[in-house]
Amino acid sequence: MSHPQEPDRHRMIHPDLAVSDDEAPRSPDGHRLEHGAGTSRPLRPRSHEPQPRGARVHGHRPIDQNEAAARFIAAPEHEQMHDERLWDLRQKRDRQMRAIPEWEELREIASRIKQHTLSHLDTYLEQFEAAAKANGVHVHWAEDGAAHNRIVHAILRDHGARRLIKSKSMLTEECGFRHYMAASGIEVIETDLGERIQQLDDEDPSHIVVPAVHKLRADVADVFARKLGTDPDNDDVHYLAERQREATRPLILEADAGLTGGNFAVAETGSIVVCTNEGNADLSGNVPKLQIHSVGIEKIIPQVADLGIFVRLLSRSALGSPMTQYTSHFRGPRPGTEMHVVLVDNGRAARLGMEEFWTSLKCIRCGACMNTCPVYRRSGGLSYGATYSGPIGLILDPTFDKRKYSTLPFSSTLNGSCSNVCPVKINIHEQIFAWRKVLAEARELPLVKRAMMSAAGKVLSHPALYRTAIRTADSALKVLPRFVVYNPLNTWTQGREMPPVPKSTFHDWYAANHPAPAEDPTSPEAKP
Amino acid sequence: MRVGLFIPCYMDAFEPEVGIATLELLRRFDLDVTYPFDQTCCGQPMVNTGCHEEAAATEALFVRNFSGFDYVVAPSGSCTHQVREHMTAIPQTPDVVAVRARTYELVEFLHDVLKVDAFPWAEFPHRVSYHNNCNALRGIGHARPSELHAPFYSKPLDLLAKVKGLEVVELARPDECCGFGGTFCVFEPAVSAKMGHDKVRDHARAGAAYVVSADSSCMMHQRGSAERLGLPLKFIHIAQVLNGAAA
Repeated sequence: MSHPQEPDRHRMIHPDLAVSDDEAPRSPDGHRLEHGAGTSRPLRPRSHEPQPRGARVHGHRPIDQNEAAARFIAAPEHEQMHDERLWDLRQKRDRQMRAIPEWEELREIASRIKQHTLSHLDTYLEQFEAAAKANGVHVHWAEDGAAHNRIVHAILRDHGARRLIKSKSMLTEECGFRHYMAASGIEVIETDLGERIQQLDDEDPSHIVVPAVHKLRADVADVFARKLGTDPDNDDVHYLAERQREATRPLILEADAGLTGGNFAVAETGSIVVCTNEGNADLSGNVPKLQIHSVGIEKIIPQVADLGIFVRLLSRSALGSPMTQYTSHFRGPRPGTEMHVVLVDNGRAARLGMEEFWTSLKCIRCGACMNTCPVYRRSGGLSYGATYSGPIGLILDPTFDKRKYSTLPFSSTLNGSCSNVCPVKINIHEQIFAWRKVLAEARELPLVKRAMMSAAGKVLSHPALYRTAIRTADSALKVLPRFVVYNPLNTWTQGREMPPVPKSTFHDWYAANHPAPAEDPTSPEAKP
Repeated sequence: MRVGLFIPCYMDAFEPEVGIATLELLRRFDLDVTYPFDQTCCGQPMVNTGCHEEAAATEALFVRNFSGFDYVVAPSGSCTHQVREHMTAIPQTPDVVAVRARTYELVEFLHDVLKVDAFPWAEFPHRVSYHNNCNALRGIGHARPSELHAPFYSKPLDLLAKVKGLEVVELARPDECCGFGGTFCVFEPAVSAKMGHDKVRDHARAGAAYVVSADSSCMMHQRGSAERLGLPLKFIHIAQVLNGAAA
């Protein structure tokens, strides 16, 4: 239909190709005007596209990630910003990677250190505990999230603390710490800006590193207007950041206690290392007289020297920056203060015993897999309805609740980009694949999916059935696509046209153009 | 050299011309190419859904059909990846192990086994965008994925460079998955379709007239996406280009 020499403008004026800048005037022949007037744009009204919310959670019922993702995609301003913002992080990560000749070697060493440590976890945990105690640190052990929350609550109560400032921590999200504390009468203030936005909006973080990345500026302006009394029509980032700072800084300075997570726990020194870009862990750890660090047991590394590997990889993988603004080592209490470390299992020891999945414990929570994931970028992190979203979430979440998160390993195309960007070389996409088998064997697949696969398996293993199936009147589109492009909901036509049906199959063409196959001895069902 | 030709199920039904081009192309190199008549599928739809048990009989049939050949060649990176990496629902007898190890995707067969240095019959004077199927790219090593710090190489682009008149254009997101993903495309339709739309827009913005790939499944999804958006893109399998298809 279209000739290869077709003029460029025919392609360029297709509405779906037009970026926002293409709204500029055109001359009568369809060319865009090049002069100054052509590039001026009308003032755009401020976006009021409502922020799409996350997955609908109903107890332990399986999360419908596709439903939540569809709502995210139906909010094009949000989806496009999210996709482009995270893709930008991926590109920055690539540039950092290319600047380091030994990048792949670093990944390999990091992976080996983690595997070694995880294989000797008991030894290193004991070493850490001894070293920390020698530094004057109180060390606590929490078997699960509930125990963690009780322990932290008890420490706060013992000190009569009424306000806790907290730096970002996925572990405390995992433990449901903020919800638990809401009933305690002790106020919790998030000090990471993104996490503070999420707290004010009563929403979970949607990303491990950039927790409010799914929000537009206008969404933040709405939240701050409601909770901090800012001007709802002003979404200038400097204005919003400054007003938040003015509102929160006094709370930080007067807090009774501070809590951080930990990127690394060094066995050799008993120190906790926290990497941030806002210095908020330093506020949490250094301002109040009581500091608490909640750390998952898999965050142990043997020695300080190992940090030379991990710190080089962490921020480059996460944000495409050479390093975080702050890399803070908390080694012991300052004079007149107390320092506590809570070491949390919460399913990690059990995960360590899972042959196909234990290496997921190598994760250093950089979020690179999320940034590169084409499904995550178009779905938003809240669509997963779980603490961990994106590729790493698909393999961690089912360890917490196999039924509720049974659908998540299917929210992937198995494209494998996540495994390639992982700084500690977790075979993420292979674990996603492996989880599908585990879930199928545990009878956690939806019935329709299982029935389709069972039918497909029968037809595809019987050549005669298969041939009959795709040779009938409407042929391919009716039967073969049952496992290729057809399903009972007919979802293919959502956004796509059906493929044309050719006159004959390859098989029939071959049969018509070649001698009968009966003489082929390798053919098992050729005999009558 | 005895070569067994495997034509994936969706290609058999929807794209017979790609199968024909593959057969013709292989025969140009004086190979003894056989199409085992009772072939159906590699088992991937079931296996990728976690249903290995349901795939066992299909995998066993594949091995029965393709035992005894020097090579099994398939014009699909995705199916080749399934056979080589994931065909584990059946006991790994010497026969099974041999068939799995001898199965090659067409591009790697031409590039690595036959080491073809020219396609004098091929001419394709068009601007082309190459789509790497993810299993071909990251699963069986068709090319250096953009995530890795390693020297660039691309087997399909090496072959296309030998086609007269063909010009390759660069995508903004060269290795981004198109969202087909096997059964993903029907079970997660919203994200799948969005990824397909974004992919074909990238091809169009790059100025491609044709999208070329070693995998028809991705192209079936992308063609459907482009048609829905009304984008004037055409899709053609690399087997057809290398076999000298005129536009």
